[in-house]
Order: sequence, then C-alpha cells, then structure tokens
Amino acid sequence: MKYVISDVMTITKRQLLQLARIPELLVFSTIQPVMFVLLFRFVFGGSIETGQPGGYVQLLMPGIFVQTVAFTLAATAVGLAEDMKKGLIDRFRSLPISRGAVVIGRTFGDALLNILVLTVMATAGYAVGWRPTSGSLSIFLAFLFLFMFGYALSWIGIYVGLAVKEARTVQSVGFLVTFPLTFLSNAFAPTTGMPKALQYFAEWNPVSTMVAACRELFGLKNEFGATASSWPSQHPLETSLLYMFLLMVVFIPLSIRKYKNTSN
Amino acid sequence: MKSVIAENLVKTYRNGEVKALDNLSLDVEEGTVLGVLGPNGAGKTTTVRILATLLKPDSGIATVAGIDVAKHPDKVRELIGLSGQYAAVDETLTGWDNLVMFGRLYHLGKSASIKRADELLERFSLTDSARRPIKTYSGGMRRRLDLAASLIVQPKVLFLDEPTTGLDPRGRQEMWGVIQELVKGGVTLLLTTQYLEEADQLADEIAVIDHGKVIARGTSDALKKQVGGERLEITVDNTDIHKTQEIVSRISSNAIHTDVRTISAPVSTGSLALMEALRALDEAKIHPLDIALKRPSLDDVFLSLTGHVAEEEVIAQPVKKKRGGKK
Ligand SMILES: Nc1ncnc2c1ncn2[C@@H]1O[C@H](COP(=O)(O)OP(=O)(O)O)[C@@H](O)[C@H]1O
Ligand SMILES: [Mg+2]
Repeated sequence: MKYVISDVMTITKRQLLQLARIPELLVFSTIQPVMFVLLFRFVFGGSIETGQPGGYVQLLMPGIFVQTVAFTLAATAVGLAEDMKKGLIDRFRSLPISRGAVVIGRTFGDALLNILVLTVMATAGYAVGWRPTSGSLSIFLAFLFLFMFGYALSWIGIYVGLAVKEARTVQSVGFLVTFPLTFLSNAFAPTTGMPKALQYFAEWNPVSTMVAACRELFGLKNEFGATASSWPSQHPLETSLLYMFLLMVVFIPLSIRKYKNTSN
Repeated sequence: MKSVIAENLVKTYRNGEVKALDNLSLDVEEGTVLGVLGPNGAGKTTTVRILATLLKPDSGIATVAGIDVAKHPDKVRELIGLSGQYAAVDETLTGWDNLVMFGRLYHLGKSASIKRADELLERFSLTDSARRPIKTYSGGMRRRLDLAASLIVQPKVLFLDEPTTGLDPRGRQEMWGVIQELVKGGVTLLLTTQYLEEADQLADEIAVIDHGKVIARGTSDALKKQVGGERLEITVDNTDIHKTQEIVSRISSNAIHTDVRTISAPVSTGSLALMEALRALDEAKIHPLDIALKRPSLDDVFLSLTGHVAEEEVIAQPVKKKRGGKK
C-alpha cells in the first residue's frame, strides 16, 4: 500500500515521457480543439445572431471547451486499449504494484494533458476575440470545472477501454457517445430551435449543464427555451457537480474492479 | 524442491466450447529449465498466464515457490519474471526509459532503478540503442529488452513464452545465448516453444503439450529416443522402391515408413548411417533422387506421440479470428 503514490506517479510520468519523446503527439492533441475554435469562429460565427455582447465567440468558447474535455473519454479509452493490445497491461499486472495504480496513473496523465489543451485553447480563443467578463476567480473556477469534468469522464473511458479492448472500436464508441451529447446540447446553438422532446433531453444533458455553468462563470447570462424554469437550467453549476460526483462514485470502483478482473 | 507446480488445470472459453487447458499438470524442479513444447493453440500461453497470476483457471491448483497463485497473486508477483509471447514494452519510450520505469514499479529507488537499467542494457548489448525509442528496435532487440525488463529484480522463477518466435536465425541464436547465460546463473525457468530444437538447446526437461494436455514428458534425450532421433530419408524412382526399402531395413531396425517414393526410417548413428546408405545404394546401382538426414521436428514428435501431425494451427486460427471479429 505504501507504494501507491509512487506507482501512480511512475505511470503518469510514463505518459508525460511519451509526449517528450514524440512531441508530435502534443501537436496532434492540441490542433483539433484549436481548429474547432477557428472553424466555428470564422465559418459559423458571422451567421449566428446572439443577444450577447461580444458576439458568438463568447457563447462558443465554453461550448468548445466542454466538447474538448468530453473527448478525454475517448482519449483515455483508446490509450488504455492500446496498452492492453500491446501486452503492456499484462506486464503491469504481473508486477507487484498496487491494484489501482495503472488506471489511476492514466487518468492523471490524461488530466495533465487537459491542462495543456485548455491553455492552448484559451489562448487561441483570446486571439480570435474571446473575452470573459467575470472576475479572475470565476474564470479560474470555470477552468477548474472543465478540468474536473474531463477527469470524471476519464473514468468512463477507463471502463470503456477495458471492456471494449480493440483500440479502433474504442475510438468509434468514444465518438458515438460524445458527438450526440455535444450536439444535443446548448453548446453550439440555443436549444430553442430543437423539437420539444430534444429540448428536455438537452436540458438534462451534462454537456449542457457544463456549458451553462461555464458561461455563467465567464460572465454571460444563460438563455434557455422551453425548459428555462427547470432545475438543471436554473442551477447548471450544482447539476454539473452532481453529475461529476455520480460519475466518479460509480465508475471509479467499477473501473478498478474491471481492471483487476481483466484477463483478455 | 519443486518451484512450480500445476495440478489438473482446466480453462475453458466461450462457455466450455473451447477447452484451452484440459487437466494439465506439470512441475519444474528448482534451478532447472522446463521446456513446454507444443504447436499453436496447444495451451502454452494459457498455462503461462495462469502461472503468472494473469488468469484464473476454472479448476486446478497452481503454486509458485509453494505459494498458491490464485490465493496470493501479490506474493507470487514479487517472485516471478514474465516475458510474454509479444514484447510488452512501451514502444514510444526508449529502452532506458522502459527499464527505469519498470525498476520504479518494482519499487527500486530512483538511483537504483537507473543503475539497474544501465547494467541490464549493458548485459543484453543494448547500450548503444538505449536512448532510441523501442519502435526503432529490431525484433531481436525488442525481445532482449523485454527479457531485461523481467529481470529487474532477480526473479526466483522466470516464465518465457515463445521467446524466439518471429525472430530471424541470428536473433534466435542471440536470444539462446542470453537465455543460456541466465540458466547458468541458476534461475528456475519455464519456457514455451514450438521448436524441438529450441527445447533441446535450452531445457533440462521437456513437456510436450497438445489440446491442453501434457502428452509426453522427459529429458530431451529420452524424448528423442521415443521419437527415434534422426531420420534417414531417401527418395528414389518407382522401380527402385523395393530394393531401397531392403537397404534401409538393413541400416535401421526401426519401423520403415514409405510415402509415395520417399522411404524413411529412424536411425541412431547419424551421418554414419547416411554414408552406409549411400554406399549400399551405389553398389545396387540405384541413383537416389534425394537423400538426407532429417532431425526430428515438432511434427515428427507429434506424429510419433499422437499419430497425427500438429494440425492445431489450422483449428486455432479461426477461433482467434472469431474472437477478434466479434468485438
Ligand atoms: N480469450 C480467449 N477466448 C477464446 N479462446 C481462447 C482465448 N484464449 C485462448 N483461446 C484458445 O485456447 C487455446 C489455447 O490457446 P493458447 O494458450 O494461446 O495456445 P498457445 O499459446 O499454445 O498457442 C486455443 O485454441 C485458443 O484459440
Ligand atoms: Mg501462445
């Protein structure tokens, strides 16, 4: 037990070393979110009317932030599946290391990568006119929130990776989960344009509550359609926190147990 | 003292459809090398994975250094080294990175990990490539690094699953050298292989497995005796078959096997038998189309032990494919 922390750190360090050895990996993991910022800003930005001061980019950035951290799920799952396929997980399991260390270490590694990705995106956003108007504490809280959301999703990624095993399938499963979730939300367009039923789905969608919470923390006012008076729309921050808490309570023990029992 | 004992291991897949292990029992005496010889799909990897605590058997008991692998996997993991069928190292990292990482995971201190990594790289002639990503390594180098990783802390028992499969002849020779060095150091080793020659070179004792069962076991010599050691093989024209059979029967007292125009029989005197045969053929004015002394292959072992050749490869492949395809 006394080695848990050192084991976790070694596994996390391995992921950082990979980035150091293959710097292209860093470029690839940051280029996609930056591309999203630019595409949405310049391709759709002009054609979407918003009542917000500062234009679409103010509404857009929280959406892209949330979408990007949501992809942590797929990143974690794919990374783990690849390690399994190469037999690395078998080797780790044959070592006298603490049980959860391998998966905990991976979630930490992916979380650290998220810090970098968020920083790069914020810089790109700033460059194209994103200006949060709240105080620095709120802005910091917003990023902390995003970071935590990515971390919570990482644990679903661990489970998916261990359950599905095949890296390519894992990738598709990841996208299959994250794409509908990000588009059936308020991330890129107001939910008022959706059919009623979808509006209700969108309002409870954790991506929506996260986006709404971030918008509030960045100093924007939240606008909802038919569901404006509902609890998640009124309390996006609390709802998001609840989601993260539930995700971790369920998936941390589930994933660690799955790891222990994994035997290909 | 037995360092490794497996008793009546049973492991089935797909609700009993595939019987990977069918009451497999074996043991390894401390300080000796057991070669587990079997064709693809015989159950070699399954056995190793159970012994190395990675897989739980459906039934049966396995112990390593007297410790039950299913009950106390953590204790067993402190005593064993495992190098699996495919080199399991982080390919994006350098050889040095990998060994230091594994050192840390074996809970050596930082400087001890570094020292050990340098030592092992030196010992396995990898110092020059230590700072290159594993991706750039040859197959042989990868396997050596993988083996090095399983030796970070001197393991009491070492498991090597097909350590030379996929290597070119030179890589195989190098690997054999490395393993022989290890064996001199007195490690208890269980090694699996598909090559009789490899088991012959490296193992004190050989267990032949097929369909998840041990079908023969003994020293390499004993096994070869059972198989008949080397075989003389002569191919002649149809008209000469009868005479050739006669000649061969004078040289070998064992069963003669005729397959179309090829007459073969086990011989115990090696090249002497070959010369004798040539002389006799020459005297009888028979010109053989082909004549050779064949060392027994895994197929020969199987042929003589089971009466069928090792055909598992054909059966095992689709099973594996299905497995991958389903997911
Ligand atoms: N996870 C699995 N699911 C289904 N069948 C399996 C699985 N693992 C192994 N098998 C089957 O069990 C048998 C023994 O496999 P294995 O131990 O890998 O053989 P070997 O290592 O000797 O080639 C084979 O028929 C193989 O197809
Ligand atoms: Mg195998």
